[in-house]
Amino acid sequence: MTSQYRQKLAALVSALMLIAVGALLLGRNVIAAGEGSITGSVKLSGTPPHMKGIDMSKDPYCVKQNANTPVKMENVIVSSDGGLDNVVLYLSEGLAGAAASAVPSQEPAVDQHNCMYVPHVLAVDVEQKFKVTTSDQTTHNIHPLPAPGSGNIGWNKSQPPGAPPIETSWKAPEAISVKCNIHPWMHGWHVVVKGPYAISDGNGSYTIKNVPPGSYTVTAWQEEYGTQTQKVTVAAGQAAKADFTFKAK
Amino acid sequence: MRTKFLPSSLLISIVAVLLSPASLAQVTEYQQEQWLNSPAATSHIGNLTGRAKVAGNPVSGDYRRYCLVCHGELGDGNGESAPWLDPKPRDFTLAIFKCRSTPTGTLPTDEDLFDTIARGLDRSNMPPWNTFTRQERADLVAWIKHFSPRWQTEKPGTPIQIPPEPEVTPERVKAGEDVFNRVQCWKCHGVEGKANGPSASTLQDDLGRPILAYNFAEGGRFKCGTTDADLYRIFMTGLDGTPMPSFADNLKPDEAWDLVFYLRTLQPFPSKAKEIAKQLGLKPVNPNATGP
Repeated sequence: MTSQYRQKLAALVSALMLIAVGALLLGRNVIAAGEGSITGSVKLSGTPPHMKGIDMSKDPYCVKQNANTPVKMENVIVSSDGGLDNVVLYLSEGLAGAAASAVPSQEPAVDQHNCMYVPHVLAVDVEQKFKVTTSDQTTHNIHPLPAPGSGNIGWNKSQPPGAPPIETSWKAPEAISVKCNIHPWMHGWHVVVKGPYAISDGNGSYTIKNVPPGSYTVTAWQEEYGTQTQKVTVAAGQAAKADFTFKAK
Repeated sequence: MRTKFLPSSLLISIVAVLLSPASLAQVTEYQQEQWLNSPAATSHIGNLTGRAKVAGNPVSGDYRRYCLVCHGELGDGNGESAPWLDPKPRDFTLAIFKCRSTPTGTLPTDEDLFDTIARGLDRSNMPPWNTFTRQERADLVAWIKHFSPRWQTEKPGTPIQIPPEPEVTPERVKAGEDVFNRVQCWKCHGVEGKANGPSASTLQDDLGRPILAYNFAEGGRFKCGTTDADLYRIFMTGLDGTPMPSFADNLKPDEAWDLVFYLRTLQPFPSKAKEIAKQLGLKPVNPNATGP
């Protein structure tokens, strides 16, 4: 009697496990095939603020590197038709567990180039590895300043000419201000988000790829103008649209 | 009576709800009381154990008597005297410390804090508290650690390795000058170590307050210890909370010792390195002449 039960139980359990594994694999495939995207543009209405020119005379190397192109602050970069550059777009609500915790394998980099951060705004996922590199023949120090209690811990490392890249990651979502104490004009951002994200290009266009079907809140972050949100519903394999407009102060 | 009681309690809860988001990022007294009872509120220095609480009673006597006036009740650096002090008293709730044996961005060891209390911090209002017994200092370290949430979740970093100090040689002093120029210490500290480098005047600490680079020529004591090994440790770990970065990724142990010897030549004290520099006729290099 008992042995019969055991056999039945064992058969049932293994059948269930097979189904579970199958469902898991199938589920993955379905998600991969059905992923949609969110696309749109970010604009600035009103007169764009004046971006001050940068005086690099404290470091002759920096002056020399930028001799042919005057350098300006990069807090607000607007194209001729009002497209806003360097806006980070991410899904602040609606992401399911698996999609939220998946960490992209690609490794973005921020370079110190001609005494500026390129890009000015780096967007990364929580725990996503990224690199800080230098192509300058002058010493920089990279000094991220996360807010206390944010879950991220700041550090301060030097990169002399020819220094190897710093490879690191952040633990918690936060817009982290990054500076170089040696070149006080150098200021950039590491924007850490959870889940799929995009950053607007020079025309203000963006596409958040690999978004599973569902309803989301999309948040647009800009360093001067703060955040804006929009509700978006993504259908399987489709591109949903969400345009944002920030108002110049 | 009842009707009077209800609105006032409602008001209190409304006020509490309104205030709660503002206090989220801040450390509260209530949280610190919880941390006081946690295992993190102890310290281990050799075979000495420091405690923030003994037999259920807080060991706060020394802190309240000697530290509170600057560092504050909550350890946030906002004591009564803080407005008149520069540099400002350390905010223990952030747990960011200059003097560590651990890499940049990590918590210091208990010994690091223990030593800092006894050493004091030169050119600040923190005197050497070497009048405390070792047990008192160990208890103070435990007390300091109960102020910050970081000790609840993080472990101190692994102390950096400092190889035995090599012999000072002319080659090493010369090589040290090359390291000084290559990693560009002079950007802040100046080519002669007079804290007058091109970036010196714009330096700010992590909280945006103006801060001075160390002036080697003036001969003040280093904030984090005066020995050659201390100097090695300072530039390899960096002074967290200040513009001084860690050079650990960019200096091999030999180069780091070379730099220690060269930095000694910039100080006004007699040393073997300084003698060698004199014999060599070592002159500060004009960075703009050698720059690419």
